[in-house]
Formats: sequence, C-alpha cells, structure tokens
Amino acid sequence: MTTINAPMPSLSHRASRWFSRNLIRIYAALAFIYLFIPVAYTFAFSFNDAGKSNLVWQGFTLENWQNPCGAPQVCQAVVNSLQIGVISTVLATILGTMIAFALGRYKFKGRKSTNLLIFLPMATPEVVLGASLLAMFLNLRVNPGFWTIVISHVMFCISFVVVTVKARIASLDPRLEQAAMDLYANERETFRYVTLPLVMPGIAGAALLAFSLSFDDFIITNFNSGVVSTFPKFVYVSAARGIPAQAYVIGSAMFFIALIIVIVGQVVSRKRKKI
Amino acid sequence: MAFLHAVSTGKSATKSVLKSRSLTPYLLLAPGLIWLVTFFIIPIFSLGSTSTMVRPEGAQIGVYVQELRFANYVDAFLANQDQYIRSFVYAGLATILALLIAYPLAYAIAFKSGKYRNILLVLVIAPFFTSFLLRTIAWTQILADSGPVVSAIKVLPFIDDLFRINNTSTAVVIGLAYNFLPFMTLPLYASLERIDPRTLEAAGDLYANGLTTFRKVTLPLSMPGLVAGTLLTFIPAAGDYVNAAILGNPGTKMIGNVIESRFFAVVDYPTAAALSFTLMATILILVTVYIRRSGTDELV
Repeated sequence: MTTINAPMPSLSHRASRWFSRNLIRIYAALAFIYLFIPVAYTFAFSFNDAGKSNLVWQGFTLENWQNPCGAPQVCQAVVNSLQIGVISTVLATILGTMIAFALGRYKFKGRKSTNLLIFLPMATPEVVLGASLLAMFLNLRVNPGFWTIVISHVMFCISFVVVTVKARIASLDPRLEQAAMDLYANERETFRYVTLPLVMPGIAGAALLAFSLSFDDFIITNFNSGVVSTFPKFVYVSAARGIPAQAYVIGSAMFFIALIIVIVGQVVSRKRKKI
Repeated sequence: MAFLHAVSTGKSATKSVLKSRSLTPYLLLAPGLIWLVTFFIIPIFSLGSTSTMVRPEGAQIGVYVQELRFANYVDAFLANQDQYIRSFVYAGLATILALLIAYPLAYAIAFKSGKYRNILLVLVIAPFFTSFLLRTIAWTQILADSGPVVSAIKVLPFIDDLFRINNTSTAVVIGLAYNFLPFMTLPLYASLERIDPRTLEAAGDLYANGLTTFRKVTLPLSMPGLVAGTLLTFIPAAGDYVNAAILGNPGTKMIGNVIESRFFAVVDYPTAAALSFTLMATILILVTVYIRRSGTDELV
C-alpha cells in the first residue's frame, strides 16, 4: 500500500473509496441475499401455525416440526423420494464411475462418440427427456411407476457423475501411481490402494450430486411416475390447494442435513490432507 | 465445464498410464452406455415415431397409429408459435440476468474471498438443498401484491397503484434466473479461479486501467466458463414449465407448459412429441452455432 505518506483524506472521500474498493464484495453479498431469501422464507414458514394452507403468517408453532408426518401423504412421498434417490444414486455412481475411468485411463476407439453420448443428455431440456421416455413406455405399453422413475433418474444422473469423477481423475498426479508400481505393486494393487482412494472424494461428490438431483427432480419424474408420488410431485400437486406446513419442515430439514454432510466432508478431507 | 479441465490438465499427465489394445475400457463403458442408449437414444426415436402418429376415427382416447403424418409438425408449430418464441425470449432474458448476477459473484469468490472461499462455494450450492419447487413457491409469496417487494416499489413516485410482479412475465424471468443461478456461477468460478492473479497485475503494470484489464484479459480468459454457464442456464430454462406455471399467468405460458398439458390434460401425444422434438432440434442447433461462434469447440 502506498498511502502511508499521503495526507489524511476527508471522511466522505474515504467512505466513497471504501465503497468503490469493496463494491464487488457488496455486490456478492447482495447476490447471496437473493439466493437465500426463499430458503429463509421456507424455514420461517415451517414454524407457521397455518392449518391447511401455508400462505399467510398465522403465528409461531413447533407442532409442524414435532409431527412432520401430520399432513396426509407427505411422508409416503418423502419415503418414495428417498428410496428412488438411494437406488438411482448407487446405480448412476457405479455406471458413471466406470465410464469415467475408461475415459480417463484408457485409449480406445469411439472416445469422441462416447463423449458426445455423455454430453447430449445434459444439453437436452428435461421436458424432452421426460416426454421421450414416456413416449417409449407408452409405445411399449409399460405402465409408469416406481421403477420407471428409477430408470429415468439413473439416465440423467450418469452424465453428471462421469463429468465429476473424470475431472478428479484428470487432476491426479500420475507419479503417485508410478511410485506404487516402482514399489512392486501390480496393476490391481495400485488401483485398490492408490488410485481408488485418491479418486474417492470425487466419487463421493458425484454421489451427493446425483442424490440431490434425483431427490429434487420434478419434470422428468412427473412424466414417468404414473400414480406414484414423490416429494416434489407432492409439493407441485398440493400447490393448487395450499401446501401444508409440514412440506416446509421437510424442505428445511433436507437443507440442514445436506449442509452438515457437505461441511463434515470438507472438514474430513482437510484433516486428511494435513496428515 | 469439467471437460475442459480434463482436456487441459490430463493430456500430458496421463500419457504414461494410458493403456491401449485391451478389452478393459469397453467392459467399463458397456453397462453405462447401454443404459444411455436404451433410455435416452431409443426414447428419442420413439418420440420421433410418436410425433407422426394419427388418431384413427372413433378410436379411444390415447390410441394412436403410425401414419407418418409430418404435417403434425406444421400444425403443432402454428398452433403454439407464441409459446414457442416466448420460451426462447424468456430463457434468453433469464440467462442475461443470471450472468449479470453471477459474474461479479464468481469474481468475488475467485479473487476476493481469501480463506472463506470454500465456505462461499458451499453457500452458492446450498439453496439447492431446499426443494426448488418450495423456493419457487416462496417467490410467489415474496413478490405477492401485498408483499414486501411490491409495497416497497409502490412507495416510489410514478409507480402505478396497479403495479404488480406476481403472475407477470417479469416474475417468470426472475424465477428462471434464480433457479439456474448456481449453474451459471460454478462454471464461471471454475474458469476465473484458474486465472493467475499475476496476469491481471501485469496488465496494470502495462498501464491498462481496470476496465481495459477486464475487457482484454479477464473476460477472454473466463470465456470457457461463460459459455458453459450460459448454456447450462439457457437450455434448462428454455424447456422449463414450472416457473411459468407457478409465477406466471395464462399469457406467459412457455412451450414446456404446452407439452405437459398436451401429454396429460389433452392426451394428444403426437402434438406433444412434435413440439418436444422441435424444441430439442432448435436447442441443439443454437448450441452448436453458439459453441462454434465463441471458439470453444473443445467444450464437448
């Protein structure tokens, strides 16, 4: 800083300079407020003593949090969403990680078309993904339900897993694997004890991403769910006649659970780095 | 996007570990690619097939037979061209709005956040953990006619008493920009973060002022993130129907709303399929032109 010898500027001058120097920080703070207003709103209204329709503030209560299954069908929808999320995440993470290793570690013919096939689902609007899958199910006379939702979620999650895990594989230092080989580890041991542990954070991140995409998906699910309800579908359907406050409880709880998982994950990985 | 990252960092590094002429890569690829072909590629063909079907005279609701009637596309487009054009206009406006919010945000996280960088990144994604439907519905309350935002704006002079945001196209665009903001912020951050701050200092040393440095150094270097971010915002926004359904009115319907109601309310599968197919084709063409124009071919 070169201001040591400069004369003391006037207060308003200093204020305006502080403002222009921190303009970008102020802007970022405003952007964060924009991002979090609806989250804060959802959290606040989870304590609303609302009765059936949670539109106007009626007074504070803890009852919704004590009895989140109080509204009919909320918990069945959440259980469905959790089951679909877990099954889809496991399948998509396994399939996507395998593709990521093939792309990141091997030479083979057809790499370009593989990359294109991974990219296309991400470049296709959800409404088209949902409508095309439903068109196929209808043409095959398959009744949509639980398993058609799982199929669709695995389909759109694979690409995101591949991209996430591939980036992690690409950032590895290949000398670590060479060192293992130099120390007489064979290919399988090198993979098991060196490569896989190093890629694990990427796989965990991909799984978390896949689960949150699956749990929150509405458009593709709506096309391929038949009469099966999921949490987003429950919210959308009940929006017309008023959403029960219990849905706000579940939305807020998911927010805090996911936040804790992410923070714990960061702390754990930082501790490991120190060792 | 991560593709770029993989290309730029992985090429020389992985050479020694790349193995060729083995069956392993194909065995690793097979299950996932078979899944994608069966549940993504074949359905697209199925959609194409449905789009030229015709309902026979006197048939039950929902029964259609293949007659290769390509005029379905013309009928579907002519009947819904307003919603079709509106989708791209709204998606374009939402992308610009999201870019204006996300660029300074990503810049601040990349260059001005110091040790709080990781926390701020988590905060960008965190709103995602609350159901996006609940957050969109929250906007209807926040922007409601008697809500805080509208009341505050009405205090200003020259504002009509009938001024409202809810159920207007403004609300739909705000909702779209909001819902896809992290998709814009994260790729922008990823490419800004890789800029060496010394290149910006060097620009200053060469007498470039702040604006020139931004225009000639920062912006070109962040181009890959900007292209990826705008695509990741524009594509889902163009096909979205949730924001228009919750925040809009019947006059702000987008093509997604039409496809949804054709499928479920009207049970007119061919029209819905023709519209979906047209939407997908238009987006693919726009994306290809955009990627070529912006000179980031290596994105895919």
